Amino acid sequence: MKVSLFITCLCDVIYPDVGKDVVEVLERLGCEVDFPAGQTCCGQPAYNSGYRREAVKAAKPMIEAFADSDYVVAPSGSCAAVIHEYEKWFPGEPVWQAKARQLAAKTYEFTQFLVDVLKVTDIGARYKARAAYHTSCHMTRLLGVKEAPLKLLEHVEGLELVPISNAYDCCGFGGTFAVKMAAISTAMADEKISHVEAAKADVLIGSDGGCLMHLKGRIDRLGQPVEVKHIAQVLNGR
Amino acid sequence: MPMKIEGGPFKARVEEALHNDFMRGAVRRAQDGLRGRKLAATNEDRDFEDWEAWRQAGEAVRRHTIENLDYYLEQLSENVEARGGHVFFAATAEEATAYIRQVVKAKDAKRIIKSKSMVTEEISLNAALEADGCEVVETDLGEYILQLDDHEPPSHLVAPAVHKNQAQIRELYAKKIGYTATEKPEEITAHTRKVLRETFLHADIGITGCNFAVAETGTVTLLTNEGNADLATSLPKTQISVMGMERLVPTWEDLDILVSLLSRSAVGQRLATYVTALTPGREEGSVDGPEDFHLVIVDAGRSKALGTEFQDVLHCIRCGACINVCPVYRHIGGHAYGSIYQGPIGAVLSPILGDSDAFKTLPFASSLCGACTEACPVGIPLHEQLVAHRRAIVEDHGEAPWFEKLAMRGFGAAAAKPERFARAGGTVRLAKPLARAWTAEREFPAPARTTFRKWFEERKGAGR
Ligand code: SF4
Repeated sequence: MKVSLFITCLCDVIYPDVGKDVVEVLERLGCEVDFPAGQTCCGQPAYNSGYRREAVKAAKPMIEAFADSDYVVAPSGSCAAVIHEYEKWFPGEPVWQAKARQLAAKTYEFTQFLVDVLKVTDIGARYKARAAYHTSCHMTRLLGVKEAPLKLLEHVEGLELVPISNAYDCCGFGGTFAVKMAAISTAMADEKISHVEAAKADVLIGSDGGCLMHLKGRIDRLGQPVEVKHIAQVLNGR
Repeated sequence: MPMKIEGGPFKARVEEALHNDFMRGAVRRAQDGLRGRKLAATNEDRDFEDWEAWRQAGEAVRRHTIENLDYYLEQLSENVEARGGHVFFAATAEEATAYIRQVVKAKDAKRIIKSKSMVTEEISLNAALEADGCEVVETDLGEYILQLDDHEPPSHLVAPAVHKNQAQIRELYAKKIGYTATEKPEEITAHTRKVLRETFLHADIGITGCNFAVAETGTVTLLTNEGNADLATSLPKTQISVMGMERLVPTWEDLDILVSLLSRSAVGQRLATYVTALTPGREEGSVDGPEDFHLVIVDAGRSKALGTEFQDVLHCIRCGACINVCPVYRHIGGHAYGSIYQGPIGAVLSPILGDSDAFKTLPFASSLCGACTEACPVGIPLHEQLVAHRRAIVEDHGEAPWFEKLAMRGFGAAAAKPERFARAGGTVRLAKPLARAWTAEREFPAPARTTFRKWFEERKGAGR
């Protein structure tokens, strides 16, 4: 199966290792991975900040970069969700709407792709930790992917998954919100971190680099001992 | 600007709220309780199996009503008038209060009792009547408490005094009305009941809001848990109901759907304790009910949303479910919003209804987590509405900080050209000028030595 990777800007520049884990997991499961060089950013930071024109400028090359792909996989629920929203970004432009629809139909978040397309839940991973899972809002609410990451984690040997209170509450990242409303954003992170602490987890796992960068940034500033990992890093544990 | 509540700019209010551990604790507990009860009443209620189906039915009723608002408003007013009631369409808050003041003057009324109503809050009715020398008493417990506390504004659509605890309320009662008993809710409520009963008996006029008016019969319906609306409407000879222009339904069947959704969404009840339906015209032999009935239908900016991308906001039934799940509200409470409408719905509604510059910050006070959209019983896409506001503020009004505009323009230019984008190091590096606020409270990760893009190009199947 041929899979095109949409790596997302954050993963490309800050967390390239996550990208490498994604590639390795996919290849281990028999996928042939390619990386269309024409990809840029999904446009979400601009769109959500109110800059629709700039966002559309990013969306067009994205749509074109993946025009020939069979499947598009991203290690971020939020960026994958945005691609599913693209159609709404082109009011009155039926040609672009149609292209956007085509891209959305073949775009998956990483764990969603493993579970829903490849139909695997046990990928033979080993990772010893007491872990909490952070559900990202856009992945659960906009993309509608709730179960896939949990099913995969359940099968990781050595991993003990512990529940946390108010698990579906936002961590406070929210893209530019984290900067524009830094005080509120941090207060939200602190509550999330306090739940992780109360669960005595030593690792916090998530499926979205944005949330993880925010939470890790805060955890490190607070000097907490909790580690933060992207789910691909855990699933690639052997 | 009646909707605006006193206080400094948004950032200052937020600072203050975030340092108010007491208020934050109260709000957190209330939120957890309310949303827990709502989930129990929707997801887990056997009588109400398919929440999604009800929700869609609710949305359909609201959409149909708002799309045909002229028609149903006319039907409503014809039916009210046919039964001897008076209808007044107020284009502005001032017109609404002027009309009500004139009714009060004509009756030479001095004592007025009210049941909770956000729209009268919005038009600052109490202040207007008090300026005319009237005594105005709120009869909803939460509203009564706020009124005693020097007219503190509400901090929640449904539970206006949610930010206060029992000890504070006891202290307030002791100071203002010589209360001597304990802080137990039952004792406080019993005392309030005693005070209010006296007031009910001597009131000249009863003023209520309107949860939904039923167009087909010209009926105003009110939902309360304390029965205070029943007393406010049955004893005084004159009754005035004030409704936001969108608060109506075509038929009683439609009302059934919306009352079911509202009761469950607001407080997790299957049905509000009291559902009062008032149709003007006292029937022969009836011992109570008003002789004179006035319905004041308030526009005050609502029609500005008609035919725009914000029209869906008029579907709102003011249940507060979006507030109860909002993580931002959870940490800053209601007063920080600076508007009598708080939380996600407040952030969407306030900039439409009020033209205060202060409200332009509110659409940015959201992480766009979508919890509000998920909770809304009538399917308003609140997080999308917030983004629509942001777009209007940035693109139509050009009101964004210059460095942000610059960064975004750079982003657009780079994102359109993949090679340039790759060279620039992607959004992360482009966003650098915005990153200072990040590092005040959080660490920023050091970018990796090589990008994924580069690694993949050089890899050629040779492993890492
Ligand atoms: S927007 Fe929806 S959830 Fe919020 S108060 Fe209105 S009806 Fe209720």
